[in-house]
Amino acid sequence: MSVIERLGRTEICLVVGAGGVGKTTTSAALATLLAQRGERVALVTIDPAKRLAQALGIETLGGEPQRVGLPGDVPGELWAMMLDSQATFDGLVTSLTSDEETRQAILGNPIYARLSSAVAGSQEFTAVAKLYELHRSRRFDVIVLDTPPSRNALDFLDAPDHLTAFVEGRGLTSIIAPSGPIARIAGRGSGLVFGTLGRLTGSDLLVDIQTFLHAFGVVLDGFRDRAAAVSRLLADPATSFVIVTTAERDPAAEAMHFAERLADSDLQVRALIINQVTPYAENPAAVDVGALASALGGDAALAANVVRAVEETRASGRREQDEIASLLDGTGVREPIIVPRLAGDLHDVAGVMALSDWLGADDAARAARLAAAAV
Amino acid sequence: MPTNPLTPLVFVTGKGGTGKSTVAAALGLAAARQGRRTLIAETHDRTDVLAILGARRGAVHEEQRVGDHLHHVSIDSDAVLSEYLTDQLPGPIAAVVRRSRAFGTLAAATPGLRELLTIGKIWEMAQPERRLPGGEPYDLVIVDAPATGHGMAMLSAPQTFAQAARGGPIMRQADMIHETIADPAQTTILAVARAEELPVSETIELAASVPEAFPQQQLQRVLVNRVVPKHFTTAELDVLRAAEPAVGAPIHAALSQADRRAGQQRQMSRLRRALGPGTPLRTLPELPTIGDDDLLALAKAALR
Repeated sequence: MSVIERLGRTEICLVVGAGGVGKTTTSAALATLLAQRGERVALVTIDPAKRLAQALGIETLGGEPQRVGLPGDVPGELWAMMLDSQATFDGLVTSLTSDEETRQAILGNPIYARLSSAVAGSQEFTAVAKLYELHRSRRFDVIVLDTPPSRNALDFLDAPDHLTAFVEGRGLTSIIAPSGPIARIAGRGSGLVFGTLGRLTGSDLLVDIQTFLHAFGVVLDGFRDRAAAVSRLLADPATSFVIVTTAERDPAAEAMHFAERLADSDLQVRALIINQVTPYAENPAAVDVGALASALGGDAALAANVVRAVEETRASGRREQDEIASLLDGTGVREPIIVPRLAGDLHDVAGVMALSDWLGADDAARAARLAAAAV
Repeated sequence: MPTNPLTPLVFVTGKGGTGKSTVAAALGLAAARQGRRTLIAETHDRTDVLAILGARRGAVHEEQRVGDHLHHVSIDSDAVLSEYLTDQLPGPIAAVVRRSRAFGTLAAATPGLRELLTIGKIWEMAQPERRLPGGEPYDLVIVDAPATGHGMAMLSAPQTFAQAARGGPIMRQADMIHETIADPAQTTILAVARAEELPVSETIELAASVPEAFPQQQLQRVLVNRVVPKHFTTAELDVLRAAEPAVGAPIHAALSQADRRAGQQRQMSRLRRALGPGTPLRTLPELPTIGDDDLLALAKAALR
């Protein structure tokens, strides 16, 4: 099965994984494959490597996807954009406020930037908010989202809960409206709390926070509705999750964390892609040093160095296989897609094309190519 | 860097996944072996260094001994906030404030407060005289700092906070912490990188942002981790390429390794060009295993 067959019918493809594992390149390769299948695809990335961004023609933050030219005759279309997290969040606030005064009270408040990241998980939330907006616009058949390279990348799954907890948290209620029974119960000692925080931090700051929370209260209902809609979209069968990792300890641990997190939310992982794997044979034929030396014009020292390189390669390969075994165990994925280091560079169009060729091949073809290179 | 390259406070930062924790563990172990009373501090509740050192977990949020002269703590900003309130306020008031949800909400919304608390705790631990009752001073505090962007946010938190707060005791304390970090005689900032596109780009950005935040400071050195060794000359590679079709997999493996090395060398040149002569690079080998001897060898390579 190729990756595309694994994805099946999908309108939204979320690509998650640790930073530095080739996630953006993999997202771009998947988007390319979907475009080759004839779909109109939007690739939304966050903070891509500069050269890759240049290659895709999305060096600057933009609110709108740009068309990306693909080599060859491609029936579909590839569009790409780099997400501007702050602008998306501002846009959301703007669309949820009815009057200019409230809007300015929020956007102009010094606490806003801080709180917009603290409460909403910033990139995590805005990425999904943008996804929702693009999906609703119906301008694209598929949206591929390259999620932020952080352990919190899946925080958006909790966004509705976070927001609800924040809005309905008694602490906040007692700050915004310190009256009524809630204030009598939960607000006990709040004068003391205010006094203390004011004394410790400087009182202007506290005034800023209060002013902000008052104004922000107005848009919270809208946020809650939006967050709930996003939740439904993520749980939709037309939404697919792809985990990308390498066979190294840290990214693999992160991949397992993501898989668990998705399983907790009853979301299914359609593909596990393991990049930059060393082709490894469990029981390779021993290298005949004598034969090797004669193939190298009798240079025994060179042959010895080849053997050394093979041993080092096998040592890495062995470690990676152990890591892959625990990955499969931890994620419950049976058939991962193993990707070797491919010729070319992960950060240019050639690299994207090489990866999409590899991902587009079926399992047997990939396995044969890996076996041929294995030591 | 002088002969003893590590000031009393050392921050090890760099892109996630480059091996910061391994380097922090190695530097800490090496210093402890020289008899310096050393603390390795992790932030954001992480315990990677403990795992690398093979130490048992215990009460990770408290300073605990993990070897001769070697100590560890994983800083949790909630615990620090509570400790801070106890230190600053009369007992009963501190207790009421700690339990208040409103306080938690406000503390969470206060710009930079969490980062400030974390760095404040690090600063406290690095002081020759500890504020914490019963706290013993350390000769060396090594911080396994958060990844590049968040790491800089943490280092700049005192200044960010002082600018936002415009008064109060926290601001005065923040100024004090900022001065310590800004002083190269007291604080060393190191970066760990990999010879790959993204880590190199991030390191270049980091090197530029350090003197922006702290005019006297610079990235003291960059440790490029997991560099592939050189086995073949250019002429030998030609011989190997010619022989590859006949021999197959072993030569293919040797050539792929050489390819990887060539890619790494290109990235290192890019890094070296951008950093200039003021910030030396040191290359660290790939560790086949992580035992004490491996870590000590790594520290030696890092500090040579």
